[in-house]
Amino acid sequence: MTFASSARSYIFANVKSTPLTKHTISHAAYAGLRALIMHPRLSPPCLFTIMPPTKKQHSIRSFADETCLNNIKGASVAESENIVVEAAERIFADLADSQEIIRTANGSWKAPLWNALSEAGLTLAWVPEEHGGSGAGLADGFGVLNAAGRYALAVPLAETMLAGWLLAQGGISSPEGAMTVAPASPRDAITLNADGTLSGRARGVPFAKEAKHIAVVATGAKGVSIALIDVSACRIDAGLSLAGEESNTLTLTDARPLELKPAPVDFTQNSLLLMGCVVRSLQIAGALETMLDITVRYSNERVAFEKPISKFQAVQHNLARLASETAAALAAATSAADAISNARIFDDAVMLEAISAKIRCSEAAERATGIAHQVHGAIGFTSEHILHRLTLRALAWRDDFGNESHWAVELGKMVCARGADELWPLVASR
Amino acid sequence: MTAALRFDPIRLPPECEELRKEVRAFLADEIARGTFDPHQPHSEDNDNREFAKRVGAKGWLGITWPKKYGGHERSYLERYVVTEEMRVANAPTRRFFVADRQSGPVLLKYAPERIKMDILPRICAGEVCFSIGMSEPGSGSDLFAAKTKATKTDGGYLINGTKIWTTSAHIADYMIAVFRTSPPTKDNRRHGLTQFLVDMKTPGIKVNPINQMSGQKEFNEVVFEDAFMPDDHVLGEIDGAWKQATSELAYERSGPERFLETYYVLTELVRSIGPNPDARAAEGIGRLVAQLHTMRRMSVSVAGMLSAGKEPVVEAAIVKDIGTLWEQALPHRVRDLAAFVDADVTNLPTLNEQLAFATKIAPKLTIQGGTTEVLRGIIARGLGLR
Ligand SMILES: Cc1cc2nc3c(=O)[nH]c(=O)nc-3n(C[C@H](O)[C@H](O)[C@H](O)COP(=O)(O)OP(=O)(O)OC[C@H]3O[C@@H](n4cnc5c(N)ncnc54)[C@H](O)[C@@H]3O)c2cc1C
Repeated sequence: MTFASSARSYIFANVKSTPLTKHTISHAAYAGLRALIMHPRLSPPCLFTIMPPTKKQHSIRSFADETCLNNIKGASVAESENIVVEAAERIFADLADSQEIIRTANGSWKAPLWNALSEAGLTLAWVPEEHGGSGAGLADGFGVLNAAGRYALAVPLAETMLAGWLLAQGGISSPEGAMTVAPASPRDAITLNADGTLSGRARGVPFAKEAKHIAVVATGAKGVSIALIDVSACRIDAGLSLAGEESNTLTLTDARPLELKPAPVDFTQNSLLLMGCVVRSLQIAGALETMLDITVRYSNERVAFEKPISKFQAVQHNLARLASETAAALAAATSAADAISNARIFDDAVMLEAISAKIRCSEAAERATGIAHQVHGAIGFTSEHILHRLTLRALAWRDDFGNESHWAVELGKMVCARGADELWPLVASR
Repeated sequence: MTAALRFDPIRLPPECEELRKEVRAFLADEIARGTFDPHQPHSEDNDNREFAKRVGAKGWLGITWPKKYGGHERSYLERYVVTEEMRVANAPTRRFFVADRQSGPVLLKYAPERIKMDILPRICAGEVCFSIGMSEPGSGSDLFAAKTKATKTDGGYLINGTKIWTTSAHIADYMIAVFRTSPPTKDNRRHGLTQFLVDMKTPGIKVNPINQMSGQKEFNEVVFEDAFMPDDHVLGEIDGAWKQATSELAYERSGPERFLETYYVLTELVRSIGPNPDARAAEGIGRLVAQLHTMRRMSVSVAGMLSAGKEPVVEAAIVKDIGTLWEQALPHRVRDLAAFVDADVTNLPTLNEQLAFATKIAPKLTIQGGTTEVLRGIIARGLGLR
């Protein structure tokens, strides 16, 4: 069930046009309602007040009048599948504006942004309601992360969502607050010891220093397990990504997890990494979309030799290439997201989709960032300009969950092992 | 965000997968009976009339067209599947490819009923071959510089001038061509060209073959000397050909043939490398497959748009730009990766032969059907830059 459908069914069942009723609702319906409240097409705005949440449930007061209810129930919203994404975009636009972030410089924008995201149920979007989340579909969540990429979002939303998803695979409920996942590289592994503790090292774990908990895939004598650990149970060393974000080495020495559950059959460390690849691909594609947008706009504004630089054919062709690379990245990432959303297991076909997305988006990131900077000239090289927030993140995201070189080797091995005459059938099966 | 970037993740419906099985079985059977060799890409050179008729008999030509013209009223996505399977198998499609892809759709839209009833069923039966007469010695990318003249006479037009690079003109029954019926106007330099259906048996038409650097003889010079075209062979609006070209280009530019032209070298590379590649070979192959998969997903997405009745001209230009550059570079990348293949591997001679051929045809891929530069101009226009 998606946010929007939860919210709608709730509204149909409960909200009559009675003023000032107190309702107790589930997290999913709550998140959906918030999305609806913030939906730009709802006018006049719906009148719900949000009460402080209890552990299991949210309460709201509704002051909905007849018009408002009709609006909610009306076709325009009912047909909008992107209501969750649109709600997320509103939060990003209000609280994660790149220019504003550069202006404030001190990081004071982070807390309000994070609070808004978690209040809207987005941080635990991929956690089912029975595990304390808002139970959005995978597709909705992927859409949110694509949008996060468009805003070069620099809080651990993707990581917390991934962690929530991973924990849910093991039937573990998600705690509150920021999380991340480990391992974040195919070259690391965490071992489950016989006594139920965890040992090992994970490098390049995104946002570990800003997280309260870490969701871990560990391998032991009896197979693969999923664990929840408190950050105080491990050592976290300093480290920054290309974009200046926390990217840390995590060391576990006989660390006792808060929870430990066997992973589902066929679930491996690669399942987590591939899911991470698709998430990063969508973020890269989103960053490229905005890069294209602002680069085209700038080329129409900047005058050189007495005309807008967009009138020079060399510049036009560069922008056409930027558009093609952006299109390729988006196509690869959304196809992979669609594949994972509709797959039950990580078979060869899903591997092809997820790996291809990571490779193609990473390649596009190199080409697209190069063109975006070239067209911007010197201004794009300044710290005040927002371009670097997009370009450095697009480039940095290539490194997480296995870079494109690693995955190209894996894909190449898979293709060769299947044999020459099985290559086309695999490609054509998508 | 510009709409041209939305390449929705279209999945081929179940009927396409059924059809794919039938096409594969048919092609396997044709290969078994020696109609063509799938390892010989230039077998496509061969104009195979009997093969064309058997494809037609299967119901795979004019798949999307109305039944009354011999078509099958199936979806554009089904046509996509037939096209890609034929392409990957290196099947000899020369006789029907252009007619099925673009000439038929033009006739459907602009030809008088009598002509539709006459020609379309024969295309569907795999009996007629078409060529495209756009380029001239003085007019390539700039199509609107075309000079070949159509002068009004009793009951029709007299054509004088020369078309060039006309693929298949030497075997074609018909050509769809643009001729100049009026000079361009001051405010519209695209004005004045008219689309015609040309019967290649018309007196006054001479076809002179032109040899290609690849050793193939695909294209020709076509000279018109007072060749008579009856009035009902005018397609669409007189002087208004420029309004008619757009949707044709979306069909012409986004198909699987725009990135699969040299695909066979990748298959053969994987065969020569075997099941246990070293990291270098594996990485190279992995990247190529990722790029291939992405282009195909984009191309299927455009097919979905065409199927939904849209005119994805900019999206098609994006697919052709990325796709043709990829298929052009592919033989060079495969050559890099084949450098360390064991000299005793049995299929190495086949791979080398294919590489030589693919390398020789590679230069044309970014020229035919609209050059890279022309495509980027179209994309730039889609971005609102011109
Ligand atoms: C194998 C093959 C088969 C063909 N088959 C057919 C066919 O069946 N029917 C048919 O009608 N034609 C056919 N063509 C011709 C093809 O459509 C033309 O070659 C193509 O349109 C380019 O025209 P041109 O060769 O005259 O090059 P030109 O237009 O002279 O271009 C030369 C170079 O200049 C560049 N250029 C031109 N104008 C601009 C501009 N405004 N801005 C930037 N760069 C520019 C081009 O991109 C190109 O790089 C075929 C060509 C080939 C190679």
